[in-house]
Amino acid sequence: MSSVNTSPYPDVDGNDDPVKRKPELPLWEIFIRGQHGMSHRHVGSLHAADADMAINNARDVYTRRNEGVSIWAVKSTQIAASSPLDKEQLFDPASSKVYRHPTFFDIPEEVGHM
Amino acid sequence: MAAKANPANGLFEFLLQMGDNCLILAHRNSQWCGHAPALEEDIAISNISLDLIGQTQLWLGLAGEVEGKGRVADDLAYLRDAFDFRNLLLLERPNEDFGLTLMRQFLFDAWHLPMLKGLMTSTDKRIAEIAEKSVKEVAYHLERSSELIIRLGDGSTESHRRMQTSLDELWSYTGEMLDFDDLDAALIAEGVLPQSELIARAWKEHVTDALKLATLTTPDSDFVRRGGKNGIHSEHLGFVLAEMQFLQRAYPGAVW
Repeated sequence: MSSVNTSPYPDVDGNDDPVKRKPELPLWEIFIRGQHGMSHRHVGSLHAADADMAINNARDVYTRRNEGVSIWAVKSTQIAASSPLDKEQLFDPASSKVYRHPTFFDIPEEVGHM
Repeated sequence: MAAKANPANGLFEFLLQMGDNCLILAHRNSQWCGHAPALEEDIAISNISLDLIGQTQLWLGLAGEVEGKGRVADDLAYLRDAFDFRNLLLLERPNEDFGLTLMRQFLFDAWHLPMLKGLMTSTDKRIAEIAEKSVKEVAYHLERSSELIIRLGDGSTESHRRMQTSLDELWSYTGEMLDFDDLDAALIAEGVLPQSELIARAWKEHVTDALKLATLTTPDSDFVRRGGKNGIHSEHLGFVLAEMQFLQRAYPGAVW
């Protein structure tokens, strides 16, 4: 067997250091922009060794039926998320302020769906 | 109609080779459905199977048409015995582990893509059309299998060991695909098929580069196992066919 060179993917599973080694490949969040959509939408997550493989896996798992025209993959650990414990202070104050919603305007028919 | 490969069969012989390669590899890969080591791999390898079965229908469909005896793709797939199959020995090798399955896929994809690219300019329009339809799928198969063997070869000690063992085990089966010795030379002269040397060179270049990135050692043996294209198969093909053909054999003409 030939010698194993250090992987160019240092933070990826496969590193033989037992301390660093993780039981699973890293998790990635997948965002797809659909045929008619303007923005990428979160569709789910998957495991992959690195970014290229995440895009490949996303193609197989999420776009086999012509669902999309573009794929984004983001490492799950790179996503900053709000805490469920902060839910009240973050979101409740907004619920009593109906005037923040643009529901008091009549939309002319020509404008169509907004 | 047990028959050894016969160049006089002309195009029929070649179409069987293309169709049988796709069919047998598709069946082997389909055996992982529900058993692959990760959900993502399970879906991917099943998708590749479906791609290959679609291509089988096209190649064997045309083979039946060229033969002119009224056989359709299903007849050729389900009602021939092992000695009438023309697939490469490489593709009937047992799955063993997922590493060997991926290495087998990689070694075949690296041949399949340049072959289809060569066939896209075939003077036979029917062949050029099938190649055109298949080439996008196979370009993806090759990208995926190359990326995987690079990461597994250059991965952990265990994944490297498995990939090297798989490569060593399969290497002697690769030479069989690199020449067109069982085919009518006129097919090449007339531009129906590309030059085998061009395909072999493209295969070697891609495989050498990818194996290097994968830190795997190319075996230095020139020994080539042959037979598949001539209908002389390993015992494994019989088991593949027994499973694949059982329903049509036991209940002839059964449909959904």
